[in-house]
Amino acid sequence: MLDLRSVTAGYDKRAPVFRDVSLSVAPGEAVGLLGPSGCGKSTLARVAALLHRPDAGTLHLDGTPVRHWRHRAPREQRTAFGVVFQQARLSADPRLRLADLIAEPLRATGRREGAAGRVAELAATVGLTADLLTRRPHEVSDGQLQRACLARALVLRPRWLVCDEMTAMLDASTTAALVRVVEDYRAATGAGLLAVGHDRVLLDRWCERTVDWAALTAPTTPAPTCPPGTNKVRRGN
Amino acid sequence: MADLAAGRTGTVWRSRGGEGRSTRTLRLRTSAVLLTATVLAVLLVPPLVRLDQQAVDLAAKLEAPGWDHPFGTDDVGRDLLLRCVYGLRVSLLVGVAAALTATVVGTAVGATAGALGGWVDRGVMRVVDALSSVPHLLMGVFIVAMFRPGVWPVVASVALTHWLSTARIVRAEVLSLRARPHIDAAVSGGASRWRVTVRHLLPGVLPQAATAAVLMVPHAMWHESALSFLGLGLPTHTASLGNLIQEARGSLLAGQWWPTLFPGLFIIVPTLAVAGLAGAWRERINPRRRSELML
Repeated sequence: MLDLRSVTAGYDKRAPVFRDVSLSVAPGEAVGLLGPSGCGKSTLARVAALLHRPDAGTLHLDGTPVRHWRHRAPREQRTAFGVVFQQARLSADPRLRLADLIAEPLRATGRREGAAGRVAELAATVGLTADLLTRRPHEVSDGQLQRACLARALVLRPRWLVCDEMTAMLDASTTAALVRVVEDYRAATGAGLLAVGHDRVLLDRWCERTVDWAALTAPTTPAPTCPPGTNKVRRGN
Repeated sequence: MADLAAGRTGTVWRSRGGEGRSTRTLRLRTSAVLLTATVLAVLLVPPLVRLDQQAVDLAAKLEAPGWDHPFGTDDVGRDLLLRCVYGLRVSLLVGVAAALTATVVGTAVGATAGALGGWVDRGVMRVVDALSSVPHLLMGVFIVAMFRPGVWPVVASVALTHWLSTARIVRAEVLSLRARPHIDAAVSGGASRWRVTVRHLLPGVLPQAATAAVLMVPHAMWHESALSFLGLGLPTHTASLGNLIQEARGSLLAGQWWPTLFPGLFIIVPTLAVAGLAGAWRERINPRRRSELML
């Protein structure tokens, strides 16, 4: 169970982005989080994925309370999540070829042997050809890069997937292909999913349960004033 | 409108772009030729030309530039061209060694502060601010005065007072990179702090650090010259550019301009050449600038 209770988080403790938000995702469950741009749903997703320390509240992961975030979180907890971000260009290291990008988590966790085989297997799963794997991010399209980012998120076989507007910048066919890959992975492993987005139709069809951000909390500060997109790149804690 | 109708707009753009490019190309080529000539002179003249730069000829003292001595002679009859080449050799050695040391120290400190953040970042940067508040020539004089005159105290003096700007540049760049989603992805993928720094952050700041290092070489040469001019740098018998200018001060007042002019040019020319190359390189590695150049 991924259980967020009364979470308050933001980038300025005096003016948090949201207060007292609670959300649970059961193992194997797919939950869609629906909300307008700038409301704080991406921040909540980052808190859930242990990438942003909340100002208040608790997070329980499979019954264990989470006490640390980012580098301070134990590696096993961090790698229990596979995260796919909205902007593939910003979430891919521009110096790494796609094969290295996908294999990076394996290398970072000391599992180099068998990395090539796992990369080839995942590339086939997400629909990347061998020649694309030798290219750098600026040499492929957004859709191809997002496929590589999804493969990177799956490479460590996470128990939880957090997709933060994964398909917002993609065409319908690529969206369908990526959602199919996620669903196939979930069917095979029983992983839970938190899909964040603002496309109600997509989330309703994709997820078993869709939660409206407005139902979780009312904004504590005047409605978010940040321009669209600025909430995607924030300094971590 | 007439231009548009005649389809000449593209020609106008190309001609403007071409003009800018030719100026840049000329600057790049001139800088490259000057710097190559300087480096070749420094590397090849001492071993190939078997002339003694210390050879004194009192009969030929303070001779104006001519066929025998293209740059003239100093107040004890030593050939100034040879002295300048030897002086540049020492100054370049000091400049390169000091710039490399300052860049390594600055990059390490800046990357550590930026990557760790929090109180480490605040503490380190306050130390940097405090050190920056002291005029670096003054601090350099203090450092060099603690040692016996020589090349390495001058290198230490310049390096230890010039890593601060590199640390600031690197720290700012690391902070900017750290906020990007690809770092979040690395953290989520189990990368340690060390791995994130070495694999993702440092490669991103290397172009800026390398540019800072290249630009620091002439700056370090100026500092070496300033310290030697004040009599605090290299021993007076060593032909450094600062020493040459310092020794020639008296003759300048007596109307002999060459003993100060040529060592001064030997400082200015490599400085401008390095600045020209660094500017061209910065334009080349900056994708936004590059796309502007293509207009």
